[in-house]
Parts: sequence; C-alpha cells; structure tokens
Amino acid sequence: MNVLVTYDVNTETQAGRRRLHKVAKTCKNFGQRVQYSVFECRVNAAQYEDLVAKLKRIINPKSDSLRVYKLRGEREEFLETFGLDRHVDFDEPLVL
Amino acid sequence: MTELLNTLYVQTQGSYLRLEHDTLKLDIEGKTAAQIPLHHLGGLVVFGNVLLSPFLLHRCAEDGRSVVWLSQNGRFKARLSAPTSGNVLLRRAQHATLDCPERTLQLARRMVAGKLQNARTVLLRAAREASSPESEGTLRGAAALHAQAILGLPRLRYLDEVRGAEGDAAGAYFAAFNAMIRTQKADFTFTGRSRRPPRDRVNALLSFLYGMLRNECASALEGVGLDPQVGFLHALRPGRPTLALDLMEELRAPLADRFALTLINLGQIKPQDFTSRPGGAVELNETGRKTVITAYQKRKQETLTHPLLKKPVPVGLIPHVQARLLARHLRGDLLEYPPFFYR
Repeated sequence: MNVLVTYDVNTETQAGRRRLHKVAKTCKNFGQRVQYSVFECRVNAAQYEDLVAKLKRIINPKSDSLRVYKLRGEREEFLETFGLDRHVDFDEPLVL
Repeated sequence: MTELLNTLYVQTQGSYLRLEHDTLKLDIEGKTAAQIPLHHLGGLVVFGNVLLSPFLLHRCAEDGRSVVWLSQNGRFKARLSAPTSGNVLLRRAQHATLDCPERTLQLARRMVAGKLQNARTVLLRAAREASSPESEGTLRGAAALHAQAILGLPRLRYLDEVRGAEGDAAGAYFAAFNAMIRTQKADFTFTGRSRRPPRDRVNALLSFLYGMLRNECASALEGVGLDPQVGFLHALRPGRPTLALDLMEELRAPLADRFALTLINLGQIKPQDFTSRPGGAVELNETGRKTVITAYQKRKQETLTHPLLKKPVPVGLIPHVQARLLARHLRGDLLEYPPFFYR
C-alpha cells in the first residue's frame, strides 16, 4: 500500500521542534522524504498500523496536524510530479 | 508465501553500510548515497571492499535478512549465518532421507530429471529461433539426447549412474551451447565450459550468474529451515552447500543460461563489459556487473506460471517455492519431489 504522510508540527517551542524531528525520523523508517514535510511510504497493513500508531504517539493533537493519504493503487497511477523529484523506487533494482 | 523483497547490491568499492534506526544508510566517500527503510530489503549482496557496521549485521541476523559477501568478481566468499532457527524436525527428516539410499536415489533422479527437461526446453526453444540450419540441427540433436537420457533415468539403480547421466547430458548441452548464441557471435564464442578462472566472456557471464543463483538457492533453503549443506545429488563435502547446488541444477538452464543468452542475443551486454586478465582469465568489469545485476533484478520480478501451483510466480520466488516443496517431500507430506518444469 502506498501512503502519503504530511504533517505540520508547531515549532514555536523547544518541545515542538523535538516533535518535528521525531516525526521525520519515524517517517524515514517507513519511507522517503519527497518534500520537507511530505513522505511517501510503501507499507503493508501491519506496517501501516505501526507507522500511524507511532506518529500519533509523537504529535501533540492540540497544536500539530498529521494527514495520511492512502493511494488506491500504484503510485504512478495517482501521482503527477513537476519540478524536482528525488524519489527513489525501492522496488527497482538497487545496484550501488 | 514470502514476499519478493528487493535485494540491495553494493559494488562501489570503499562504501560503508550502516544502520540508522530502521533504515539502511549507504555512504560512499563519506557522503550518504542512499537511505532505504529495511522493510524493503530481503537481503544484501556486497562485492569486494564494502564495509558493514556491526549493528547492521546484528539487525540483519535478527530479522533473517540474508547478507552475502562476494569478491569483486562475484565469487562467493561468505554469508551471514544467523542463530539456527527453523524446524529441527525438518532437518532431522532431511538427514534421515540422506541415510536412506533408495530415497536419496529417487530424489536425485527427480532433480536430474528436472534439470534435463529444463535444459531440453531451452535447447528446443533456441532451435526454433536458430540463426542457421546447422545450429538448429545441433540443438535438436542435443535435445534428442536429453530426451533419451530422461527416459533412461528410471532404469538407473545407483546414485553414481544418475550423476553420470547428468554429466553426459551436461557435456552435450555445453557442446551445443554456442549454437544458441545468435548475435555478437565473434565477441561471444563459447568453446566449452571453463571455470576458475572463466576463459571467455560467455563463461565469465555464466559463472557470475551461477554464483548469484547459488546464493539465492541457499537463502531459499535456509528460509524454509533446511540445511543447505546436506544435499542428495551432490556429494557431501565440508563447507559446500550441496543442497543449494542440488536445487540449482533444475534452475540453471531456465534462470541463468537462458538469461545469459538473452543478454547476449539482445545486445544488452557488450564486449566492453568484460576485462581480460593476463593469464587468460576473463571477468565482468564494474559496468558489466551493473548491467547484469540490474537486468537480473528486473528478471526476478517477471512472472512465470508455476506448472504445479498453476499460478504466476515471480521468477525470484521460484527457488523459494521449490525449497518449500522439497521440505514437504522430506517431511513426508509429498510422496515425490516435484522439480520445477520450465515451459
């Protein structure tokens, strides 16, 4: 399943900046950063639950916003990109 | 069924792989070249001078991700061995089968039958596409020999006879191999199988692919809890993954040979992708390896219809499916081991 995770974390306080950092770190474990606060992740159902549960534990519901969009199918079908795109397809041959 | 996870191949010399949370970070010359969540990876294959951090190794061992070290030319060096897991009863059954000469013979026969049948299919397929009538004749001749050998298998009473039949057929197969090369004939001439070292480009390519296939077979066997060192067709020898070699036999022609021929015949691989060493050894160079691995990874994602399961299976999962069928046979759930038949 392809999901898009976007977030706004209030960084006015020190604790907020820490939350922002933690959210980014967690997202990195499941996918890749495609914009500053936008991650694309390909996960199975269990990993999805895990990801969402972890993120929900980090954010402060009073000041932060978290949105997770599930793509109903292949990324290519539902996505058009313009400009810079550093996305790497982890299903493609990885030869480095 | 196991999901076909991607394998990361690292061949850039001097690169460093480390664990960062749940991701793998790859540094080349001190710069991060890639960061990949571990859940995308089924295994790592590294060539030559590539360093892995201890913590990454610990994590791979825990999760059962395979790690294989190869020399820069793709010769097998080492594998990560995680704490023995899997089913001890299955391994006991495996050893018990080896202790029973009749069962071993029967299993070896099935494996060789699979190998011969698949080699024959590859020969016949090449014969249909042959570039000249002589090539076609050579290939059909070799295929007929294989057909005869298959029919003769049930009569063989000793393991050595089965091995002999396999060897004879392999001789005929490689004698006809050159006729399967349709393009770039001058640059890719096959005069006979040579290894350690491979003495021409075709041999270098085959050796490289066999090495990769062998690793995949060993990983697949370990994945189902079998001991890759306890084989039936091949003789036991310390340090030799004989069961992986057994499993590989039926897959060589369809998964490695056929693939090598495609690379050559479609011009995906070129003479410049190889380097000759003084002394006559030929090996794939860095660009060549990259071409081959990239194409191989793509090939693994293509699907073939499994003749027994009657459903499409990604090529990369075929060793895993066969390992599972073998485990079922050894455990006594399947009367006979059904080799993979390529169509």
